Amino acid sequence: MKRIRRWGPGLLLVSPSIVLIAVFVYGLIGWNIKVSLSDWRQAQPSSGYAGLRAYRDLFHDAVWSLDLRHILIFTVVFIVGTLFVGWTLAFLLDKGVKGEGFFRAIYLFPMAVSFIASGIVWRWLMNPAPGDRETGLNAVFDHAGLHFLVNQWYLGQNWGMAAMAMPAVWALSGYIMALFLAGFRGVPEELREAARMDGASEYRVYRHVVFPHLRPVTLSALIILGHISIKVFDLIVAVGGKQLITQVPAVYMWIQIYDAQDYAKGAAIATLLLIGISVLIIPYLIFTVRSERNA
Amino acid sequence: MSKIIPGSRTRLALVAVLALVLVLPAAASARTKSSTGSAASCQLSVFSWWTGGGEAAGLTKLIAIWNKQNPTCPFKNETVAGGAGSNAKAVLAQRLAAHKPPDSFQGHAGKELQDYIKAGQVEPIDFIYTQYGFDKIMPKQLISQITYQGHLYSVPVNIHRANVLWYNPAVLKKAGIASVPKTWAQFTAALDKAKAAGVIPLALGEQWTQKHLFETVLISTLGVSGWNQLWTKEGDWNSAGVKTAIDRFNTLLAKYTNSDAGSLTWQDAGKLVADGKAAFNIMGDWQDGYFSGSTAGGNLALKPGTAYNWAAVPGSDGVYDWLSDSFTLPKGAPHRDAAIKWLAFLGSEKAQDTFNPVKGSIPARQDAKTSLYGPYLKWALQQWKTDKLAGSLTHGVVASNAWNAAIDSALGLFIQGHNTASFQKALVAAHDKNAS
Repeated sequence: MKRIRRWGPGLLLVSPSIVLIAVFVYGLIGWNIKVSLSDWRQAQPSSGYAGLRAYRDLFHDAVWSLDLRHILIFTVVFIVGTLFVGWTLAFLLDKGVKGEGFFRAIYLFPMAVSFIASGIVWRWLMNPAPGDRETGLNAVFDHAGLHFLVNQWYLGQNWGMAAMAMPAVWALSGYIMALFLAGFRGVPEELREAARMDGASEYRVYRHVVFPHLRPVTLSALIILGHISIKVFDLIVAVGGKQLITQVPAVYMWIQIYDAQDYAKGAAIATLLLIGISVLIIPYLIFTVRSERNA
Repeated sequence: MSKIIPGSRTRLALVAVLALVLVLPAAASARTKSSTGSAASCQLSVFSWWTGGGEAAGLTKLIAIWNKQNPTCPFKNETVAGGAGSNAKAVLAQRLAAHKPPDSFQGHAGKELQDYIKAGQVEPIDFIYTQYGFDKIMPKQLISQITYQGHLYSVPVNIHRANVLWYNPAVLKKAGIASVPKTWAQFTAALDKAKAAGVIPLALGEQWTQKHLFETVLISTLGVSGWNQLWTKEGDWNSAGVKTAIDRFNTLLAKYTNSDAGSLTWQDAGKLVADGKAAFNIMGDWQDGYFSGSTAGGNLALKPGTAYNWAAVPGSDGVYDWLSDSFTLPKGAPHRDAAIKWLAFLGSEKAQDTFNPVKGSIPARQDAKTSLYGPYLKWALQQWKTDKLAGSLTHGVVASNAWNAAIDSALGLFIQGHNTASFQKALVAAHDKNAS
């Protein structure tokens, strides 16, 4: 009785969210997996069991392997680019700049713009039109005499998805900068001073004192960027539309469900996306739980 | 975020109770409102993707007539924006799955409606056709091409033509192209001349417009009976004719189109012709609305016949590659009688001749008042009476959604790899999987 009184109210308080999450997150994940194993391949619902048919279909599907290639290029360029730009900006701000608050706000702003809106602007900036119809970045390059930089951007046959990652890098590096800046600031000044007293050069102070403290921040940044990247949909549609040349798994999922009305295949793609994200998230969760227990 | 202080549990409980008190009556009143609302007054809810340009203007005119004739059951306009209804169809699918259909919804006439028919989501409406004589006044070929297993499921409001070649007369003159090409050989010769004159020979847009182009090349190459046969169970996609069409299409893409096609909408591609930067463009006749419509509506206000001109796609003269917006009677429509009245109204001469001159299409009926229509549409009306009919692929007449999606994938891969053999193989596979 006494014990119930101790944890009862707390449980009561969180029970609505437990119920909601159980139904609307895990319940629907379960339902999605069930659909992916079913033979629901047309408009009218059907719940017959078809096993891994939809998954097998995907692995023989040339479109799907192209999607995987696209998302891989996008993810690598997006994560490396964002970490690099965000880290550099944070490093520069940490070194002490006049009007730091101003720069912080400027760099953070792109995150407030939705991918759809910034995608439309970037679609114009990355206009691949040749000759006298040139606009955006290509026109800038041409005027600056940098003609060799003029390119096809997101319509590039092999590396178009790298160009597609640029708007995403632009949008999120400010946020990553904020994370890293907090990380830099989290390193106690005494530690740096102690190192300097011991005669460490500024390079060695960063190399051996500051950077090791940034590891948890880097990991969080990686997780956040990774799951955004795997799920990316709106940016792709805003820049490239519904075309195979820029298609990613999330867009293919939409096409399978609403155009082809192959619900099983669409659900299979959704499940694979979830697995892809779990591969990132679960090690992170284990890591956090462990480090919290140690603390 | 503020933390909950231990000991403030009573306050928290109070807040929770307060929240319940505030939310419950709102929910309850919402429920009563919706139930009495639908019972007391009739409202005809019609679902479409006509949100912009001539189609929205045409719909507004129809609504005005409807509301005047039916003051007891006014029109409720439920539109979802998005070209060719791509977003609208997703919203509609969810509503139908939840058994909350509108009284009538828009769909491309033909196989695209098949999914709704098979799912039992729409009712057959043959009785409307016989009662109002639509079966006599609309072309026999049209009726037979939209009949599914002996029944009709929608009323076509308009007819668009997909196989139109748009060109800029000034550019043709400059390039030394004396006459508009009528055969494929003449077409490639004209494209060569345009290329030599330093303009884009054939302006092209994003992936769906490339599918549209491929469709017209297939029709030109195979002829109308060859084309219609492709969509039957016996359809032979492995034929030499299809191979020729693929080769022609490949040549067009490789030699004569703009390199930035994937970044252009159909309007962008059309504007290249209007601006004199390209000689030809193949697009449906909504291009005429964009070229000649008012600048206030975002169009170019060009003079038909001089600033731009048109002809059948070379090799397809006498074939009308048609598509149509049509409306259905969903099963469980909340106001079935009003919906039937709406469908009868849509098929009437008055509704069709009100809507179509504004939308930039021709009526499905053959008794249109020609004087109401502009120069292009007068030409189209003439053709509609004599041409053989070929249903459009890109716009949902001849193939189901699934088949269309399979062709999209095959085409997307082809555009990147330019492998004609594997493209044909993928088309054969798409046929074998989806033909019925």
